Amino acid sequence: MNDLDWLEAQSIHILREAYARIRPIAMLWSLGKDSNVMIWLARKAFLGRIPFPVAHLDTGLEFPETYAFRDRYVKEWGLDLIADPCPPIEATDPTLPANARLAARKTLGLSQAIERYGLNGLIAGIRRDEQATRAKERVFSPRRMDGQWDFRDQPPEFWDQYNADFPPGTHVRIHPLLAWTEVDIWRYIQRESIPVVPLYFAREGKRYRSLGEIGITMPIDSEAADIPAIIAELKATRAPERAGRVMDHDSEDAFERLRVGGYL
Amino acid sequence: MTVQLDRAALGQDARAFPIVVVGHVDHGKSTLVGRLLHDTDSLPPEKVAQLKEVSAKRGLDIEWSFLLDALQLERDQGITVDTTQIWFSSASRRYVIIDAPGHKEFLKNMVTGASQAHAAVLVVDAAQGLAEQTRRHAYLLKLLGLSQVVVAVNKIDLIGHDAARFAAVAAEVRGYLDSLDLNTAAIIPVSARHGDNIATPGTATPWHAGPTLLGALDALEPPPAPFEQDLRLPVQDVYRQGDERIIVGRIESGTFQVGDRITLAPTRQTARIKSIESWPNEAPKSGARAGQSVALTLDEELFVERGMIVAGHDAAPRSARVLGVRLFWLDRSALQVGDRLRLRIGTAEVEAAVTTIDEVLDVETLGTASGKAIGQNDVARITLTLAKPVALDRYAALAGTGRGVLVRDWRLAGGFVVESLSTSADLTRVDAPVTAAERAQRNGHRGGVIWMTGLSGSGKSTIATALIRRLTDRGAQAALIDGDSLRLGLNRDLGFSDEARAENIRRAAEVAKLFAETGLIAVVSLIAPRAGDRAAARAIVGDGFREVYVKAALQTCERRDPKGLYARARKGEIANFTGISAPYDAPEAADLVIDTDRLKLEEAVDRLVEAIDDAYYTAERVSFAEGI
Repeated sequence: MNDLDWLEAQSIHILREAYARIRPIAMLWSLGKDSNVMIWLARKAFLGRIPFPVAHLDTGLEFPETYAFRDRYVKEWGLDLIADPCPPIEATDPTLPANARLAARKTLGLSQAIERYGLNGLIAGIRRDEQATRAKERVFSPRRMDGQWDFRDQPPEFWDQYNADFPPGTHVRIHPLLAWTEVDIWRYIQRESIPVVPLYFAREGKRYRSLGEIGITMPIDSEAADIPAIIAELKATRAPERAGRVMDHDSEDAFERLRVGGYL
Repeated sequence: MTVQLDRAALGQDARAFPIVVVGHVDHGKSTLVGRLLHDTDSLPPEKVAQLKEVSAKRGLDIEWSFLLDALQLERDQGITVDTTQIWFSSASRRYVIIDAPGHKEFLKNMVTGASQAHAAVLVVDAAQGLAEQTRRHAYLLKLLGLSQVVVAVNKIDLIGHDAARFAAVAAEVRGYLDSLDLNTAAIIPVSARHGDNIATPGTATPWHAGPTLLGALDALEPPPAPFEQDLRLPVQDVYRQGDERIIVGRIESGTFQVGDRITLAPTRQTARIKSIESWPNEAPKSGARAGQSVALTLDEELFVERGMIVAGHDAAPRSARVLGVRLFWLDRSALQVGDRLRLRIGTAEVEAAVTTIDEVLDVETLGTASGKAIGQNDVARITLTLAKPVALDRYAALAGTGRGVLVRDWRLAGGFVVESLSTSADLTRVDAPVTAAERAQRNGHRGGVIWMTGLSGSGKSTIATALIRRLTDRGAQAALIDGDSLRLGLNRDLGFSDEARAENIRRAAEVAKLFAETGLIAVVSLIAPRAGDRAAARAIVGDGFREVYVKAALQTCERRDPKGLYARARKGEIANFTGISAPYDAPEAADLVIDTDRLKLEEAVDRLVEAIDDAYYTAERVSFAEGI
């Protein structure tokens, strides 16, 4: 087994554990590269058909290319899509920095989906190498009643014996991609021919390295117009992946506060 | 200019090599990781600038540890709270570094980090030598299954690069690691703050002839994959696709080929592997091996469910109900004899009771002592009794299916490796010809066990007799199992020592279980003074067990003294008499308490009947999984 085989086997094991032990469960589909890899892995885990809904937390602010991608692959992949609009910005915590409030709409959208569909588990495609607080996450991460992440007191997790037991009223976030790196994701997309939103590929000297909403996601300077070029670019660059995500950089702890509040 | 290195030429399609950094709090683990990243040129300049900025904010020059201590709390208090991971490359391969907290309070996070590593860097302060958490971490590395350790004797600058002091610390550390049977790959004097011997040889330690830290890491080999061992595939789930039942799981050890004959444990049914299923439909696979997540079909319709193990035809694991385990305990509240928890091993999950605590380990001396409770972060040897047999292995034989976890109050509370297992391994249970549901339908109630415990003279027998009468009058199938009666027959070979009492109760529980399986409501009346024995009884009986504490003050019992036993015990004519010369552990979480100091007999029976209605007459709850 090479490293991608190992990562794939590990992620499939996690997805099957989640489905065997936590119901009702749903998968978050941000439409970004990581969540497309996650959908692909779930189709492998469940032999073609994903046996639970996928949820897109829709702020109404995605790029047109992103919506087009969603509408096409919902059908092609036979997904059971939940796409309720997120609550408006007025409903977010006014003490957060302005850009973080835009992101916090997704946190509210998440709570809304958990409540509306009575979800006990949510599968999310975050990775340890994206961001330092995500690096501290568990594969199965319990959330308090209000959805908050108690990072000061995370339960132990070892030997792939994931904690799927939880008190009534709380839910578990499941992170099957935690061990993957950005380059792993692209190598896997290439190996498996997984479709992605075209905004990742350079046009006129710009491309999106990390894809979020219009207004709080900035493209990077790049000539990488296909996957091999992107992989070569990532191996050479030393800029962080989320540099184009405005909301991470308002203050030293902006992202930590978002995550503690329940953001992905 | 960045030189692009060819992945394949460097063997970089291998997994990033996971290394955990452990050691006592403040011996410099996070700083060492920060320095390693810096010296291998793994940090973007912006990151270094950002680091300088947040360090300056806290009045520091440059604090490498802030790289990994990402949380505000960690930076403000200067300690690592939770484990984290970061990637970097040496000239020869990729690494993922796992930083683990050294503070005692966060041992659960250290365990989380270390369990994912292939090897460990043990950081030891040159001035302080082995400290408590150094020893504890090393001991846990062994229990977690790591075998290779690189020792970094840090802050060598603070002891003036003293070769003699280094040699003394090195000897002390090596001695301790040897006694744990850990393989010490290298011991290196380093200064994480100044970068000596991290990625480049330090000029201040010319007496050190060995490798740098990075050099020592590059020399480590990944542990061999367990392909050669017996096949163990714990069943995660069974999916239906058309008429096909597809078994899924990840192979812990061994290999198989399509066409191989397999045995399922613990049921010992056999079949052949018909196919390996996958999506997208690629060329059909002919075999699979350890590490892979697979989906397979069998050539015969067998009953398969999560928790079973697919094994080689002549090499199935044993099933056991009594386990001797070595345990590390992480929960804040202590583990005691009699405690009941959920146990998970492979994909099996079962209720377990702590029957004995055999010894508690002192990590300082590696000596052992007997103990009544296992505190947070302790290591101990204990015996567990399971509610039903589970297929598993001894850890020394097969690691993947020889270790598991204990869960209490929705949290992973401890981990264990199986050292010994016993019972009924070679016997096969015959399935009941009549199902429990069929019996319940005929009787109008399910079978179960009402287990009454209390002092002699508390009123157990009187209440039990009246209860049987009442239940029978209303048409229930009920039977009495009385302690004294058992001792006149089935248990007449037993005395009153602790072991004999435990065996007395085990037999009573097995008999009660047989009654319950036949659809009867078995009412057991036994003093059963020890909490551990009662927990074992509950584990034997399983779901339908209800503990009833028949409570009366010792003075009341002594005043009643229906059999004249207290008077004889007081005179010394009866040894080991519960309440007088032997202890009684009052139940702390009985399903029902009947206080005979306050309740009349009729009231006591009313309450029991109410509890029985709830337990055995209400409609069976549909389990979560069946609702899907």
